[in-house]
Amino acid sequence: MNPETNPISTLVWTFGLMSLFAVGGANSAIPEMHRIAVDVHHWMDEKQFADIFAISQLSPGPNVLIVTLIGYAVAGVGGALAATLAMCGPTAILAYYVSRLLQRSRHSRWPAIIQAALVPLSIGLMGASGLILALTSDRSWVAGLITVTAAVLAFATRLNPAWMLLAGGALGFAGVI
Amino acid sequence: MVLEAPPAVVPDIPAATPPIQPGLLELFVAFAKMSLAGFGGVLVWARRGIVDQHRWMTADEFNETYALCHFLPGPNIVNLSVVFGSRFRGIPGGIAAFTGLVGPPMLIAIILAALYARYGEIDALRRILAGVSCAAVGLLIAVVFKMMMPLIKRRDAVGLVMLLAVFIAIGLARLPLQVVLLVAIPISLGITYFMRQRVNG
Repeated sequence: MNPETNPISTLVWTFGLMSLFAVGGANSAIPEMHRIAVDVHHWMDEKQFADIFAISQLSPGPNVLIVTLIGYAVAGVGGALAATLAMCGPTAILAYYVSRLLQRSRHSRWPAIIQAALVPLSIGLMGASGLILALTSDRSWVAGLITVTAAVLAFATRLNPAWMLLAGGALGFAGVI
Repeated sequence: MVLEAPPAVVPDIPAATPPIQPGLLELFVAFAKMSLAGFGGVLVWARRGIVDQHRWMTADEFNETYALCHFLPGPNIVNLSVVFGSRFRGIPGGIAAFTGLVGPPMLIAIILAALYARYGEIDALRRILAGVSCAAVGLLIAVVFKMMMPLIKRRDAVGLVMLLAVFIAIGLARLPLQVVLLVAIPISLGITYFMRQRVNG
């Protein structure tokens, strides 16, 4: 890459392109983000990337915030805005048109068939993510117990899930996990 | 700021639209709330807000909308906010929901990043994060079961088998996503098509 290039346009170009290939959400693009931010453009080192990932997980909001933080590290607030919009804009426009197309032709048969066929696959994929995330984050029996308790409470009661996150955070801070 | 709610567009087609129609400000606030509550993923909160609290969509409608956004490229929940908002209020609705979802947490993330750049001490944050993510995974698992309920209730055996097959292929066998989808999407489409043929014919 030409070092003279405006960093903001590099951010826009990079994330705009990346978003179009990020099927399955921002989390599935994290290996690619790492490659680009650390190996290709040398925007940051390994540790900085790991910390940015931790901060993005710690902030509330969609997982796509990691892109905001990479943008911020590269070019400040302008970079943060540019990177976020580039990551969300093109695919949001695509989703808007596809969904409108499906809504409009609601009375023809195929849109309903396509959506009905995708539902079980989508839920199966999420179940798999749940399992993989549980295996990576639950490294002790206490951690596993927190996960199971949170799952049961969230499924069976109307308790506000924030309490479970708060309890998890407090136990983590106390060093129990 | 989203100040004006669009006047008098709503009552035109009451038959075709759901009974509850969120306004622009309502969309912004609802998505901001879901997003700000969403540590470790907004899906849990999006479903809770849209289906359980506001009843803007039924469990089935939510499943279908989310499945669509899941299979389109890009951040799922961002896609969902745009699709959802625009379904009720057109493009301004999509923008209102998107701004609510991304704006406030973006501010928080930038403030955290600035604090980190200044103090760099992140160990306590990491420990908290480890605990939060254990609970967050539990919440995700609960949502998966909740999303399965409509399929179980209508005894959709084919759907449940497809669901389980994808879960095993990705979660247990750890096959690559592209390969699994390349096989599973045509099969699921084919079965759904033939099942409906049989019901209709």
